[in-house]
Amino acid sequence: MSAAPPPALAELLEEMAFLDRAERIEYLIEYADRFVSVPERIAARPYPEERRVKRCESQAYVWAEDAGPDAQRYHFAVENPQGISAKSFCAILDETVSGAPLAQVAAIPGDAVFAIYGRELSMGKGEGLLGILEAVQGFAREAAARGR
Amino acid sequence: MSDIASRGYANPDVLVSTEWVAAHLDDPAVRIIESNEDQLLYPSGHLPGAVQVDWAVDLNDQLRRDYLRRDGFEALMARIGVTRETVCVFYGDRNNWWATYAYWVFQLFGHDNARVMDGGRQKWEQEGRPLVREVPSYAATAYGAPERDDAPVRAFRDDVLAHLEAGGQLVDVRSPQEYSGERLHMPDFPNEGALRGGHIPGARNIPWARAADPADGTFRDAAELRDIYLNEQGLSPDADTIAYCRIGERSSHTWFVLTHLLGFANVRNYDGSWTEWGNLVNVPIEK
Repeated sequence: MSAAPPPALAELLEEMAFLDRAERIEYLIEYADRFVSVPERIAARPYPEERRVKRCESQAYVWAEDAGPDAQRYHFAVENPQGISAKSFCAILDETVSGAPLAQVAAIPGDAVFAIYGRELSMGKGEGLLGILEAVQGFAREAAARGR
Repeated sequence: MSDIASRGYANPDVLVSTEWVAAHLDDPAVRIIESNEDQLLYPSGHLPGAVQVDWAVDLNDQLRRDYLRRDGFEALMARIGVTRETVCVFYGDRNNWWATYAYWVFQLFGHDNARVMDGGRQKWEQEGRPLVREVPSYAATAYGAPERDDAPVRAFRDDVLAHLEAGGQLVDVRSPQEYSGERLHMPDFPNEGALRGGHIPGARNIPWARAADPADGTFRDAAELRDIYLNEQGLSPDADTIAYCRIGERSSHTWFVLTHLLGFANVRNYDGSWTEWGNLVNVPIEK
């Protein structure tokens, strides 16, 4: 079944298209400031290796918990204190993707990363952020396959 | 990490410590310059008084694949309030990866009044030193730059071909997976893509970050660096050397290490790197 990405994320992408580079950076830093690390009830340090995003150099971890019949809440940790882009992206996913229907989560295109961070994103950063998105989508697809 | 002066570097004056920088934050003869991979870091907090030089926006020509030219460099220097006498101190994220890149680009215009803050952002933050969000502004300077002179520190593809044919020393500073050709680039990342995988024949694979101590981002001392580059990999400091990676940023870090810390006689950075070589028609590739 094909689906559109979560409306809250689509709205954010539309909004970002009107921002210049400096405004976009300000906006993303606000997200990074709102980043909340995974609660202890979900995971405690040291975080398990299988939750680590392999391609992310900011030591990002992703978890999912069930939230209703067709949705999940995603949790994140970013262990590199300088991983501010990773933190902003995790906060965006938490605010716009957590709680969305699983098919919508699976339908998020990879180029959303570039729409948010701009084309001048370095390949290393792009790869890490895509890795975070793919980890979230992996949870959504797995849950959908379980018939939740 | 020990004092910079005691580490046996060929040219220890190119490095300054976080303590030195902390004592020179208000020194009008010094300009602190942050260059990062992560574009969000500087605006989220930087050293008091530091300006940002951004690799994508400030150092690259926005049309052709090249660095800025003399007028662009002069405008950049005017904007950040630097004269030819100003000591520019670079620092940044990821073991000073982009800081050494900016340092290298400054050398194309002969601004050798330049230093790198050992340990970069990582060490500064670990030591609990202050970061501010306020962006400073400095009175514009009139900076008279010479024409850009690429030849001493920069290699183009024809230079690399000639160097290769002459059996010259090459260092590929990418990851082992990129070197072997197992990993090309991200499918969604056409900007840094290559049609072929592998490496330039004869290149030694020495990933750039081996030169830094991951604990605090400082450079390893000269004995440790010699162990890696000379003893383990067999490089000769007297032989002409060309370093490359994917777009020339990681290899500028190795260029800095070989040139200034180990005193190699003639090192050039091939900034075309794998995104050029891996797309060229009919050049030799090894896997």
